[in-house]
Amino acid sequence: MTSAAITVRSLLKLTWLEIKIFAREPLGLFGSIVIPLLVFIGVARLVPPAAVMGPPRRGWPGGGFLPVLTTVLIALSAVGSLITIISIYRESGILKRLRATPLQPAIILTTHVIVKLLLTALTMFLMLLAGRRYVPPGAAVPYLSFGIAVLFSTWAILSIGFVIASVVPTARFAQPIATFVLYPMLTVSGLFFPVAMLPPSLQIFAKALPLTYAVSLLSGIWKGDPWSAHLIDVFALALTFVLCVALSSKVFRWE
Amino acid sequence: MSFEVREGEIFGLIGPNGAGKTTTMECVEGLRKVDRGTISVLSLDPRRDARALQNRVGVQLQQAQLQKRIKVWEAVDLWASLYPRTVDGNALLERLGLGEKRNAWFMNLSGGQKQRLFIALALIHDPEVVLLDELTTGLDPQARRAIWDMVRGIRERGKTVLLTTHLMEEAERLCDRVAIIERGRVIDVGTPDDLVRRYCPEQTVSVSTSDPEARSRFAGITGLESVEQEGTRFTLRGRTEDFVTDVIHCISENRIRVTEFRTETANLEDVFLKLTGHSIRD
Repeated sequence: MTSAAITVRSLLKLTWLEIKIFAREPLGLFGSIVIPLLVFIGVARLVPPAAVMGPPRRGWPGGGFLPVLTTVLIALSAVGSLITIISIYRESGILKRLRATPLQPAIILTTHVIVKLLLTALTMFLMLLAGRRYVPPGAAVPYLSFGIAVLFSTWAILSIGFVIASVVPTARFAQPIATFVLYPMLTVSGLFFPVAMLPPSLQIFAKALPLTYAVSLLSGIWKGDPWSAHLIDVFALALTFVLCVALSSKVFRWE
Repeated sequence: MSFEVREGEIFGLIGPNGAGKTTTMECVEGLRKVDRGTISVLSLDPRRDARALQNRVGVQLQQAQLQKRIKVWEAVDLWASLYPRTVDGNALLERLGLGEKRNAWFMNLSGGQKQRLFIALALIHDPEVVLLDELTTGLDPQARRAIWDMVRGIRERGKTVLLTTHLMEEAERLCDRVAIIERGRVIDVGTPDDLVRRYCPEQTVSVSTSDPEARSRFAGITGLESVEQEGTRFTLRGRTEDFVTDVIHCISENRIRVTEFRTETANLEDVFLKLTGHSIRD
């Protein structure tokens, strides 16, 4: 058996194992899937239908705000969860034990990314099912494109989590560090008010942050934009992923 | 620090906590970079040739963990997927007494069962060399003895074992040869018997008798160095190899009625004390 075949086999095995282990923790399952779904349904009952699932109008406030906000929050929660899991694995010596095997850090991180993406996809799918009745009649919502945009954005945002997860010393610090790094990005990402409304210096700052591109991509795709209108967003998110993966493989700590 | 492990033996690095045993082990495992000097395992460099070595060396780390809710068989199955050639995982679990625990979560295993699982993971790819770091620390005596039997079983299958321990009894019962380590240095290397003979050759025999002639009779024993008397109890010390036989011979020849007879031989703990000036527990 070639080493490439062994790598693929171990990746699939570890991924399936991590899914099973995750499913064995009822609280984790509840927090990751059921809570976001309940919050979504709760909010959807309180706000006008168009604001929930309808295509957004130009500017803000408008329809589609909730799907994009929910998506971004789920992605950020996935990042927080990735960082926490890796730091727990490091702190308890699981990573150290894996280090003494042919398993590479990239495989371990990739496994957790796949698990998080699958969970994100499942949560989003359930949410879209729950939200269907709020879609105004006749409104064409590009579910498939939006789904792909969700996974692509989450994938890129998770890579920021790689870097934090690679160095954060203990699980206790993991969540606060993730919150401190990620949530400020959200405030200037263009989700709550357009980037153009920010002071010039903050605009430069916002444009340097990957979350801004994720929000732009998700809002645009939900609105019905073609992918070609968001090549810059796609490029920025892909670049984020490449840079973060390269950085995390340099700074990854096993213990 | 310099030592060599021979093929097919159980070699122990022994010393107190903080002596450098685990650091040495981690260098041998390729997990830690050496400051200077060279290490060769199966004629390969543990860091440069890590990939090649991982397929030929099995490792059990001190203080390692697995995911809390991973099942025993799943861990073995995952480990088996990492290597090109493996042994039958189920048979291995049976051999290590974990057959009935196949479906148990890691978090629900006892300390001894966890260690046996770690041994299974170290052996799943049928390695030539097995590295075991403080294998029985924290286990009760019964679990410890069971693990010792397993380690002997590894040697009987032709593997070479390098282990670390701060338990002198473990080293004496398990190791063919040991290296005594203190503050990052190898003080001496040898078989446990050889080290005891070299550093603590003195043998002690305690005899209780009310025979009034006993003291004068004992004085004629070859190699006797000292006699202490407390009431009817005599403590005889000597250095010759046949000292105990000579004491028995003297008792028998002079028909001395004995109510208690006890020999005390030195052990690795005494050797350590002699070599370093302090107990291994200090």
